[in-house]
Amino acid sequence: MTKIFETPLYPYERSPDQDATTPVRHKVVVIGAGPVGLAAAIDLAQHGIPVVVVDENDKVSHGSRAICFSKRMLEISDRLGIGDRLVEKGVTWNKGRVFNGEDEAYAFDLLPETGHKRPAFINLQQYYLEEYLVDRVRELQAEGAEIELRGGNKVSAIGTHETHVSLEIDTVEGSYNIETEWVIPCDGAGSPTRKMLGCDFGGRVFEDNFLIADVIMQADFPTERWFWFDPPFNKGQSALLHKQPDDVWRIDLQLGWDIDREREMQPENVIPRLNAMLGEDVKFDLEWVSVYTFQCRRMEKFRHGRVLFAGDAAHQVSPFGARGANSGLQDTDNLCWKLAAVIKGEAQENLLDTYNDERVEAADENILNSSRSTDFITPKSGISRIFRDAVLDLAEENEFARPLVNSGRLSVPAVHSDSSLNSPETGSFPKRTRPGASAADAPTDDGWLLDRIGDEFAVMTAGFAAPEVPAGVKQIHIANPSEELKTRYMGDAGGVTVLFRPDQHIAARWAAPSAHDITAAIARAKGA
Amino acid sequence: MLNTKANIADHDGFYAQLIEAHEGLDDAQSQALNARLILTLANHIGDNQVLSEAIDLVKSVSE
Repeated sequence: MTKIFETPLYPYERSPDQDATTPVRHKVVVIGAGPVGLAAAIDLAQHGIPVVVVDENDKVSHGSRAICFSKRMLEISDRLGIGDRLVEKGVTWNKGRVFNGEDEAYAFDLLPETGHKRPAFINLQQYYLEEYLVDRVRELQAEGAEIELRGGNKVSAIGTHETHVSLEIDTVEGSYNIETEWVIPCDGAGSPTRKMLGCDFGGRVFEDNFLIADVIMQADFPTERWFWFDPPFNKGQSALLHKQPDDVWRIDLQLGWDIDREREMQPENVIPRLNAMLGEDVKFDLEWVSVYTFQCRRMEKFRHGRVLFAGDAAHQVSPFGARGANSGLQDTDNLCWKLAAVIKGEAQENLLDTYNDERVEAADENILNSSRSTDFITPKSGISRIFRDAVLDLAEENEFARPLVNSGRLSVPAVHSDSSLNSPETGSFPKRTRPGASAADAPTDDGWLLDRIGDEFAVMTAGFAAPEVPAGVKQIHIANPSEELKTRYMGDAGGVTVLFRPDQHIAARWAAPSAHDITAAIARAKGA
Repeated sequence: MLNTKANIADHDGFYAQLIEAHEGLDDAQSQALNARLILTLANHIGDNQVLSEAIDLVKSVSE
């Protein structure tokens, strides 16, 4: 059977741009057709903005790569039209076990809160995510949206100007030039665009290597996240086992720093390691093997004039905590409505600076959490290891030590409490839905709240009578709020009115706003 | 009575600060720092019964 990642999904085709006498000017060009680039393009197209995606390849990612997708990422995917496919195909999991040596240190259950459309996490190979995003691009094209995907198109030079950005693109049929008002590089941690522009990418390198193997096997391991500190089959190091769809299992084995990378990736060296872990009698096939090191670093600024970096191109974290692809989709979630508003003339360019401010804040939070996990998993000093082992020894019998065990703090959305787009609140409401937080889902009498908010400014009123809202603003009135909605939005108050941004973050909330209050809060949320 | 339930709000922040405090110290210096820290925290706790329970607890943990 041919694997999806071996099939060209967007093979090179000659574009009329290549025969134009003067470079054609586009609105937005996205560089890179990975999950982040494709999400950006779909989001912009859904906002009515023409967009061209260029990628030097023509296939989805080889190997599973990102596998763990968070609730917030799934909620964004709902907005992009692929949420159902992800959840149907993905493996939903809640339970995990942590082992210390040969013993189980403790088991946990994420105990997901009820009253949300989406689960806390699913596991799914990155190539399926990319395939569904490409399908969604095709669907939008069939509906007449101006969204184009150019495979075999490699950006080889970039020039920034006051009014536009010029790009030179290499193809098998030679080079051509285009111009664009805005460009979104989503070309990964090694971002060639970032290098061509000479931008910084500072941070911390962790001196360690991890073997990552996708194994196809019929095994009766449960659908749980298993993490080992110092297991007998990988002494002094760590290991992870996690289930994906199609009987594919992700295995991570820490290798240490002084290794021969090429040698470790050879099947004759990988297979004995896996036999030691899984048992000699377990039959398996290797789907994908890689050895990676990791870094925690970010660009100082994600916005460079008309160039707006997103995803790993802008920030890189260690994989513990699932904060890579999940944060990349939160980048484009934050960016695309702002860019669409600027292009449509509904907001000034300074709104794009808040993309920088908010997503730099989120990147710092992700880097902090993933650095701490990495320091716990791979202690870098003798005393650090002594404390780590003391935590694990205590955790077996003592509940108090368990929160200190850090095998990855799983991704949750950043709260932009200090964002300039928030309006000061009046009234006393639950902390979790304060201005700057992403909307908490809840059931309503007409479907899930997040589905009703959608991707435009929306004013929700629960409990109280609906206020007057400015013309053209979506209004959601919930006369009989569910218990979940009451707990998450109202608390002890008899009612609340909440203003959601198009990325479903909360911009303002009141007890009883006037139409003027709402108009002012929307203007502020657009950067005025 | 010794509290054996989780009790530190920002446990990750505390742990990171604890490890950072040892940065650049050799083994003897780290042991000395730990001793000072234990004595300081013990004074804050103050209750001999609680301190005795804590010592018994950590002595019973198998490595």
